Amino acid sequence: MPTANTPAGTVTSHPSVSVSAPSAGWNDAGVDTPDGAATTVMNLADVSVHYGSYEAVRGTSMPIRQNQITAMIGPSGCGKSTILRSLNRMNDLIAGARVTGSVTYHGQDIYAKDVDPIQVRRRIGMVFQKPNPFPKSIYDNVAYGLRINGIKGKLDDHVEEALTGAALWDEVKDKLKTSGLALSGGQQQRLCIARTIAVKPDVILMDEPCSALDPIATSKIEDLMYELSKSYTIVIVTHNMQQAARVSHYTAFFTAEVDEKQVRHGRLVEFDQTSRIFTNPGDKRTEDYITGRFG
Amino acid sequence: MTTTATPPATGRGQGAPDLSRGALSMRRRVVNHVASGSIHLALLLAVIPLGLVIWTVLNRGAGVMSLDFLNADIPNSYRREGPGMGPAIVGTLLITGMASLMAIPLGVFGAIYLNEYGKQKPLARTIRLMADVMTGVPSIVMGLFIYISWVLVVGRFTGFAGSLALACLMLPVVIRSSEEMLRLVPDELRQASLALGARKWRTILTVVLPAAISGITSGALLAVARAAGETAPIVIVTGIVFSTNTNLFDGSNTALPAQIFRNASQPFVGAQDRAWGAALTLIVIVVLFTIVSRVIANRFALKER
Amino acid sequence: MTLTENKPETRPSLAPQKGGLLADRAFSWWTLGTGLLVLGILALILITTVREAWPAFVEMGFRYVTERTWDPNPAEGAPIFGALSFMYGTAVTSLIALLIAVPVSIGIALFITELAPRRLRGSAITVIDLLAAVPSVVFGLWGVLVLAPILVDFYRGVHDVFSGVPVLGTIFGEAASGRNFMTAGLILAIMVTPIITSICREVFGTVPQADKDAALALGATRWEMIRGAVFPHSFGGITGAVMLGLGRAMGETIAVALVVGGSTNLSANLFEPGNTMAAVIVQQFGESTGTYTAALIGLGVVLFGMTVLINLAAQRIVRRAEARMRGGVA
Repeated sequence: MPTANTPAGTVTSHPSVSVSAPSAGWNDAGVDTPDGAATTVMNLADVSVHYGSYEAVRGTSMPIRQNQITAMIGPSGCGKSTILRSLNRMNDLIAGARVTGSVTYHGQDIYAKDVDPIQVRRRIGMVFQKPNPFPKSIYDNVAYGLRINGIKGKLDDHVEEALTGAALWDEVKDKLKTSGLALSGGQQQRLCIARTIAVKPDVILMDEPCSALDPIATSKIEDLMYELSKSYTIVIVTHNMQQAARVSHYTAFFTAEVDEKQVRHGRLVEFDQTSRIFTNPGDKRTEDYITGRFG
Repeated sequence: MTTTATPPATGRGQGAPDLSRGALSMRRRVVNHVASGSIHLALLLAVIPLGLVIWTVLNRGAGVMSLDFLNADIPNSYRREGPGMGPAIVGTLLITGMASLMAIPLGVFGAIYLNEYGKQKPLARTIRLMADVMTGVPSIVMGLFIYISWVLVVGRFTGFAGSLALACLMLPVVIRSSEEMLRLVPDELRQASLALGARKWRTILTVVLPAAISGITSGALLAVARAAGETAPIVIVTGIVFSTNTNLFDGSNTALPAQIFRNASQPFVGAQDRAWGAALTLIVIVVLFTIVSRVIANRFALKER
Repeated sequence: MTLTENKPETRPSLAPQKGGLLADRAFSWWTLGTGLLVLGILALILITTVREAWPAFVEMGFRYVTERTWDPNPAEGAPIFGALSFMYGTAVTSLIALLIAVPVSIGIALFITELAPRRLRGSAITVIDLLAAVPSVVFGLWGVLVLAPILVDFYRGVHDVFSGVPVLGTIFGEAASGRNFMTAGLILAIMVTPIITSICREVFGTVPQADKDAALALGATRWEMIRGAVFPHSFGGITGAVMLGLGRAMGETIAVALVVGGSTNLSANLFEPGNTMAAVIVQQFGESTGTYTAALIGLGVVLFGMTVLINLAAQRIVRRAEARMRGGVA
């Protein structure tokens, strides 16, 4: 691998990345975490994603810690959504997409041959950019995941629990039979979150979950994320730096780089505790981006 | 272009350009009017025969229409006057119904292959193209095909042979219209379902298909309406009966279009009357299917918004 | 709410569950099978009809398509099966149908896409939908019992006008009855109008609004806009629509069988009775046996081959035109 022709900075060659988090193996229980006790649920080591012959993101290494919110930020085209989708194998659905490196979940490589992507997605749920409830009733939307996963009996209780967990129960408890599409955008997104947590996943991936919502709905979702992080591990991709600063414990900053062949690739620049990224970033490019000086 | 470059306008304020209709050259105005007139004439040329056909069928058909006409057996001589068309109505409903039972599920699954699995693979593109080509295969050829590969094989005319021929005619129509509807289902729904850990077949059957079902039903009903009016294959493969045969697998059968065809070619008033009555009955059946299809399609369109 | 119980075991199993993969695979194979049905049926049609028609092809050889006599029960000698007259009938009735239906269809499509006020648009679409919904046998019934008797006098009038004029006098010759090539062509025109109209509508609909706006903004009249912005974009699509209409006209059986007159005739006089390939099959199939049946099925083979080729070409043209449109917009 030739040395990447990067501007003067801490990143000099692929795949090393400037990381000021504990460097001695991310699989160790974090020492330097906000609550001091987070273990690593998922780990990315030198992950690159290709679409056909095009390398969209190269050499990403970072941990995802339990019950923490990890934010991925960066300019458009920096590959943050691509990386997010590689965490539960949603990339499989895109023809020609290929992931190299290793993504482990509780120590298991989720791209190993004997791993079933269905089982991966069952444990690592996803909330999408645009609220996408099924054209079914509110109740059936939430019950859908339970039914397909063969959870029988007390469906009502599970549905109520999930809707309560998504802070939607009080608003919809009297109209569970109406279509999920009849809700407002913010409610639809919380319905999608309820649908996701109904199957009790381990990790929830959120791909810009608030980009289609107004500020009030956004703040509701942000509060909800904080609540959810008590029980779930959350990874969120966001365009909104304030949002990352507000809700996340860890932040990964991605950027798009042009390589020696004038091809753009996404790169992870820096991964650290959110407080440090926003106050004392280790990389000039991170600082430029968060202070708005990014080109 | 500056105003100084415009030719001076006449009879208006000084230097103001002439914006009246008269400013357009005579030739351009006439051409535009002639063209627009011809276009309206074209519509008229389509409306006139349609109006005449429907009016005649209503007029002549209503004259013979009665409960007896809908129930009674068909007279076994073309010369005889009087009702009815009972066996042909039963035959039409049974034969078309059986054809739908075969063609609609198969067509929908074929559409699922094209839209969910095959996509732009060469095989899927070939099937798509050939389905379009198959839509253009004349119904008489489909009748000959079923005659050779079914009637000759089982050794007798049956209503089921008619169903097979109609099913072959419906299949490509159902495939293509269902595929269009499946394509309208947003990808986000598929992803949401897969992200919950649903398998692909489950996603298709429990999320994609329900989301498209009204559009698919609407398209399928149109195909049924088309099939109900098909004549040539019925004439060739179902034989003929004059009393009701409810068994599609045993014995000859008949249907309204075949009766219209046979009676229309007779010089006798009784036969011609029955042809008009059968035509009215057939049109009512076909229009009913078409209207139901429209209603379902419109409700679907509303729900999408 | 106790979400703490949701903590997974340290090493959750990610291995596939039994049956899950199998169900997925079975389902995809099943849908593939139904898709392949289309190819299977088309192949079977070709194989079975050619096999059944073979005796007639062998007996008549090349004369099957060059011989104009079709005599299944000659007073003496072997039966003669020459399809030329019927091929001529198919060609001539389809041609009449297209000459009438194409301008009318383009006009209606333009009315719907460019001219009609909102209210009338819906009505025009309904007219076309109804025209498509009326079964062809009903048009045939109307044609033979109502239209044909009325048209005889009209045909005689036309003949009187053109008699003595070279070429036209032959084409518009004596009319013995209303059942002839011309009436068949007229009925076919009514029946292919909806299909040509609907494709033209789609094609005109793909013309970018920006192009139309540009023409109008330059001071074009509506007709000049149609000529300058709509037609150049639509030529390929219209060609495809015409060919699909041709395929439909050639294959139409029942309505033609009722009004074409049913005689084996190869004549330039459009007012003489004749027959077409599709119509002959349905008229004579019931009374045929042996080689006679094979010869009729042979007509089906010719019809099948021609319609498949025409449809293939039409689809290609329409698709290429669509692709060009998309490329042009992007």
